[in-house]
Amino acid sequence: MDDTLLSIQGLTKAYPGVVANDNVTFDIGKGEIHALLGENGAGKSTLVKMIYGLVAPDRGTMTLDGASFAPPKPSVARQAGVAMVFQHFSLFDALSVAENVALGMENPPKPRDLAARIRDVSEQYGLPLDPARDVSSLSAGERQRVEIIRCLLQDPRLLIMDEPTSVLTPQEVEILFETLRKLKSEGTSILYISHKLEEIRSLCDHATILRHGQKVGDCTPSETSARELAELMVGSSFATPKARDVQLGEVVLKVQNLELPALDGIGTPLRDISFELRKGEVLGIGGVAGNGQDELLMALSGERLSDPGMVTFQGNDVSRQGAGQRRLPGLLSAPEERLGHAAAPDMSLTENGVLTAGKRAGLVQNGFIDWGKSRRFAEDVIEKFDVRTPGPNVAARALSGGNLQKYVVGREIVQKPELLVINQPTWGVDAAAAASIRQALLDLAHGGAAILVISQDLDELMEISDCFAALNEGRLSQPRPVQGLDMEQIGLMLGGAHDMETAHVAS
Amino acid sequence: MLRLEKRPQPSREWTALSPLLAVALTMLVGGILFAILGANPFEAIRTIFWDPIFSEQFSGFTRPQLLVKAGPLILIAIGLSIGFKAGIWNIGAEGQYIMGAICGAGAGLAFYPSDSVLIFPLMLIAGALGGWAWAMIPAILKTKLGTNEILVSLMLVYVAETILASVASGLLRNPDGMGFPGSRNFKEWDAAFNSELITGTGMHWGVVAAFIAVIAAYVLMSRHIQGFNIRLTGEAPRAARFAGVNPTRIVILCLGISGALAGMAGMFEATGPAGQVSIDFNAGYGFTAIIVAFLGRLNPIGILLAGLLMALTYIGGELAQLMLGLPGAAIQLFQGMLLFFLLATDVFTNYRLRLTKKEAV
Repeated sequence: MDDTLLSIQGLTKAYPGVVANDNVTFDIGKGEIHALLGENGAGKSTLVKMIYGLVAPDRGTMTLDGASFAPPKPSVARQAGVAMVFQHFSLFDALSVAENVALGMENPPKPRDLAARIRDVSEQYGLPLDPARDVSSLSAGERQRVEIIRCLLQDPRLLIMDEPTSVLTPQEVEILFETLRKLKSEGTSILYISHKLEEIRSLCDHATILRHGQKVGDCTPSETSARELAELMVGSSFATPKARDVQLGEVVLKVQNLELPALDGIGTPLRDISFELRKGEVLGIGGVAGNGQDELLMALSGERLSDPGMVTFQGNDVSRQGAGQRRLPGLLSAPEERLGHAAAPDMSLTENGVLTAGKRAGLVQNGFIDWGKSRRFAEDVIEKFDVRTPGPNVAARALSGGNLQKYVVGREIVQKPELLVINQPTWGVDAAAAASIRQALLDLAHGGAAILVISQDLDELMEISDCFAALNEGRLSQPRPVQGLDMEQIGLMLGGAHDMETAHVAS
Repeated sequence: MLRLEKRPQPSREWTALSPLLAVALTMLVGGILFAILGANPFEAIRTIFWDPIFSEQFSGFTRPQLLVKAGPLILIAIGLSIGFKAGIWNIGAEGQYIMGAICGAGAGLAFYPSDSVLIFPLMLIAGALGGWAWAMIPAILKTKLGTNEILVSLMLVYVAETILASVASGLLRNPDGMGFPGSRNFKEWDAAFNSELITGTGMHWGVVAAFIAVIAAYVLMSRHIQGFNIRLTGEAPRAARFAGVNPTRIVILCLGISGALAGMAGMFEATGPAGQVSIDFNAGYGFTAIIVAFLGRLNPIGILLAGLLMALTYIGGELAQLMLGLPGAAIQLFQGMLLFFLLATDVFTNYRLRLTKKEAV
């Protein structure tokens, strides 16, 4: 046991309605790079927040280097030698690198000494960084280096990294890995959170896999295939899809070689996406978050325009039409982010109804809004989808996430779409409501609408889809009928494991 | 420890209450300021808020001034408020006001001394177009190059002032004015004069336009889909794009409306109360209108009341300078306080104060 740095015993944390971590137990050795693997919502973040002292566990204990460890707040964890690099940086644009580092320190040294130390550390670990530069002029990768150096200056024994490569270019990833290996050789332990399988296989010594808050396995990643990792992450518990009696009609949506650059350089570009969707068909698109889901929705909804000929709806090229124009003939969509994207937080439910239903539901006549009719529209949605709210005059932000989700999904379904594009239809909704949303989608498809569901919940996709495809780094796999798909094939389609597996065999 | 906690929804009571509280706090702190300056605070406050309307001695002169001053403030503030609702910060209404005056007056003077009834409508259109065109500069720079409309519109005020100085002593100078700078006086040219419509009230065409603007803005913002899109853009830009709103069009529309209204205000002022385009005829209405817009909660009815209140402090302030010898800067400070306290009390619309126990370290 001498070489164990952090030992986690039975950690449990429950939030109202969800158990984020259920009796999680594992050890991190000294000088080990330990992977924490799991899908979104598997409980990775909650776990590291407990280690870093941001959240107190309900049950369970931790020991750090043999001593009991229960940090009440991050500064205690830092003093004990635990440092964390967050996925979202907390840097001030207007300040220099050195000033930003000093802000995160308990007792910052004099500016000149600090700059010298930053230079030393950055050279020592191969992370080139000029302490005098303003953060505003740094790339995402360089900003991450600031965060890492801020941590390294505290000589941590355990460094926690939350999805560090999601913002990096391949070259920056290489540099980061070199740094992490160097740290490891010096005896620093690293807890590495990711859902990118290939990274974990090349970098990490051990992996702990979480699903629905529970530890479902551990393994040595380099000796485990990407497919096995994907299976562990996703689970193979979902119900076998029932054969549905579907009458497929004519093609409603045709997407041909859709390409779209990443917005503002962040996010995922869409690469050569082609598929067709017919009347009555439900196409489920799976994949790990951040692989182009938002971008695909925006390209279809009309929030982002593509080149002519790429998106054809009911035989008309709508590639150059905006969201309002596409909505009129019945191309409706519901984005993942409810507040700020699908709904305006400070506007009432009635106003948020006008937001997408204005023209199609006849709430706007000759440019003037019929508020009485709009109110009835909102009340209709509230009633049909069991939205728990005092009434349609309540601001959207006052609703709970699940209730608002019911409202924004219901708002589109009530409008009887010809094609509904929906991202994460049941995210954060309780089980009963999720089931009713899924049923509503199936009813809609039965009535002849085409539906494209983007989701990270595979069980959900298997339950309602006729065809399944996976998004990976902006590429869409060939859609395949859900009947006859087995766990292994899904594992391969997800996460681009297909290509990686062949590469692995080749090497 | 005191802590600010975000309310689940904006408080309706505070939305209505905070302007009144701001006025009360301004009176209180302003009174202390006047006392320090050696004036009787009660007399000063009375001179500013009461005497302009009710004093037998002054009201005959000052009462009409209320509408004369409130007219342009309301007209400009209505335009600004529409942009502010969309998160488009036109700070350069003063410049658009000047350009409106120059273009309106210039269009009329080109036909001097015609007495056609079309002269005044022509000048009105030219004035609105002048302000509109001046506002299109920040609008186009913003939509094409992503520049900041706050800086561009503000800096264009100083360009407009320079142009004003140039034309007042050059292009538009009164040929019969014995070389003095300044255009012909419109009071001596009936066809182009923006006269008082009802004697003794200060009501001129600009005040009528301001009232029409209040009603139109109210209908636009509360009933029309364009007004809805403007509000949506300000509150949630991504949701606006999702709804199908084109952000470029909103920028052009909002800056266009505010520029045109400011231009009209400038034209009404030059051809009416000011009487001529002179080097320094602009009195800062374009800047004060920003305060009026916020004081009125960006709400058309609120702006109507705020414009009247602000006009009152202008007139009352002048009176206080005259009667009590208070310095002009003190009056400006007093007006600034109004905006300051409004923004301060505004916090409570979206937040509430909570007492929390200090957490054990």
